[in-house]
Amino acid sequence: MKEKSLIDLLHDVQESNPKNYVSKDLAKKVAETSNLSLSKVYGVATFYTMFSVTQRGKHIIRVCRSLSCHLANGESILNKLKEVLGIDIGETTSDGEFTLEESSCLGMCSIAPSMMIDDVPFGNLKEEDIEGIIKKFKEGAL
Amino acid sequence: MKIYRIHALICAGAQCIAAGGNGFEDALKDELKKHELLKEVNIIETGCMGSCQLGPLMAVYPEGVIYTKLKPEDAKEIVEEHFLKGRAVKRLMWKEKETVLPSLSEIPFFAKQTKIVLRNCGIINPEDINEYIAQGGYEALGKALTEMTREDVIQVVKDSGLRGRGGAGFPTGKKWQLAYEQDSPIKYIVCNADEGDPGAYMNRSVLEGDPHSVLEGMTIAGYAIGAQKGFIYVRAEYPLAVKRLEIAIKQAKQAGLLGKNILGTNFSFDIELRIGAGAFVCGEETALINSIEGKRGEPRKKPPFPVQKGVFGFPTVINNVETLANIPVIIEKGAKFFRSFGTEKSPGTKVFALAGKVNITGLVEVPLGTPLRTIIYDIGGGIPEGHSFKAAQTGGPSGGVIPSQYIDVPMDYESLTSLGAIMGSGGLIVMDETSCMVDVAKFFLKFTVDESCGKCTPCREGTRQMLNILERITSGKGQMEDLELLEKLGNTIKLASLCGLGQTAPNPVLTTLRYFRDEYIAHIKDKKCPSNVCKLSSEVKNERKVFNRSSS
Repeated sequence: MKEKSLIDLLHDVQESNPKNYVSKDLAKKVAETSNLSLSKVYGVATFYTMFSVTQRGKHIIRVCRSLSCHLANGESILNKLKEVLGIDIGETTSDGEFTLEESSCLGMCSIAPSMMIDDVPFGNLKEEDIEGIIKKFKEGAL
Repeated sequence: MKIYRIHALICAGAQCIAAGGNGFEDALKDELKKHELLKEVNIIETGCMGSCQLGPLMAVYPEGVIYTKLKPEDAKEIVEEHFLKGRAVKRLMWKEKETVLPSLSEIPFFAKQTKIVLRNCGIINPEDINEYIAQGGYEALGKALTEMTREDVIQVVKDSGLRGRGGAGFPTGKKWQLAYEQDSPIKYIVCNADEGDPGAYMNRSVLEGDPHSVLEGMTIAGYAIGAQKGFIYVRAEYPLAVKRLEIAIKQAKQAGLLGKNILGTNFSFDIELRIGAGAFVCGEETALINSIEGKRGEPRKKPPFPVQKGVFGFPTVINNVETLANIPVIIEKGAKFFRSFGTEKSPGTKVFALAGKVNITGLVEVPLGTPLRTIIYDIGGGIPEGHSFKAAQTGGPSGGVIPSQYIDVPMDYESLTSLGAIMGSGGLIVMDETSCMVDVAKFFLKFTVDESCGKCTPCREGTRQMLNILERITSGKGQMEDLELLEKLGNTIKLASLCGLGQTAPNPVLTTLRYFRDEYIAHIKDKKCPSNVCKLSSEVKNERKVFNRSSS
């Protein structure tokens, strides 16, 4: 039988929350189930970049910021995303759909620049692709 | 077994999917249905074929034709021309200098590689254990469990000279021996699949394309050291790898190749997945142990080493994905076979993730000791037209740059270390004259500052100060003394940091200072960026605010 680690539990509760974050209530619940103090749970939740203790959008956009993407002008993709979504890194759109984040490397260096929206990878990105991708995601087509 | 006239292997690696592979596959199936060819053409989703930049890719057998950059609208022509009439569609085939290359065996990118680790990637369906078994998979496990003692297994791995492919190059057999000697009722094998180096994705392709090779390697390792359980620590950024590993573990258990009494012997071994949560430092083995235990991924002090006191305090062997994928081949074919590739001190092959300013980017597996030039020019097709090779960066943020005068350096552990670079996990980023070396160094340092866990001062504060100096230089406010300061600080951080992250973090700065000092001087004295990357006029705003990357 698989024993769940604190990290597994945090993944589970975060996924179960439509707002994509570990709320204080959820953290308390995790602390109770795993017999740990709330501060321990909070310590782990804030150590890892994929956990959030503040409210996020329905979809998480992770833009790759590795050197390969940097050399392939990944900056322009990030700027385009900021423009299309009207938010900065770490922020959530007012309709609660998207949160924009960075990733140190998504491991898709051959098709730089790249990004992921939730579990869906995108590569060889061009500025003009961004609007269409966001639109499709909003419509639930991807 | 059904017999098909044509086998169409569609790459289902993450990069081909990201490039639109699913859309093409759906369109192809529709066309085949329309022409009632579904019984004649077998579509197989394989793992990564390597030439990711040209994806989505499809290889068609028996001819071995490879189609590149496929779009849904190409499906009709391929079915009507190639599958129905036997005329391969030249328009979509691999081309080099306008010449169409008819099959895989004639394409230098494939023909010049030696595939041991990637032996099954792009050839088998990774979601079907039978395909792995048909390629000779799990024969090594059978041999180890029924014909070899635990000591025999360790001896073969020792004799093979296999060294850890995660970066440090520690002899794998020796590590196993040390764990074997530990007197403990509980021991663990951990597969480090937390591939976080920017520019590296070799492990991803193995996990996605041939997950059973890793499971088999782990199980053999478990038998050798006397472990009952293994953990695969995968980064959460690789959901497809997680999915394929889950399928592979389930199928291996059903086949009696994992779990209780493997192959009817009294050896039992189980594998559990542990998913990371986005922290680069967890690739460091002691931080990884903490993370497996569900804690903050901060490194521990060594000794005790993981082979003495690892996961939950028990002896633990931590091997990289690529290291483990080599094991079945070594057990099955022997140490001598393995040693027939590579060099005396660095036997075997290495997978490199070729990226950056090179014509064909993708995964490349070559014998260790292969000159850098061969990888970049013969396999990668050289630098895109009009530009020239300036430097290659190996080992990500822990590595260094190799300047053009060393393009013939043999790619093995010692040669790279002597240049101040490291083998690292296999990231290989090629740069041309449009890349500024100071900017590259700054880029990696920003990464380190972000990813430093903060536990030890030299890494937490030292790298930040180095970054401040680099920000100063790239904004035109640098002074000549800064160069010495960078070197002094860099060497101190290397000496005084707790774990590998800090101990290697200054490498990109130190190697660029060594080989491209003139570029630093141009930024400082002439207030110019020779590659026109850095904007030197602006003032330095808020030096502490390293997360604000828009200033670069």
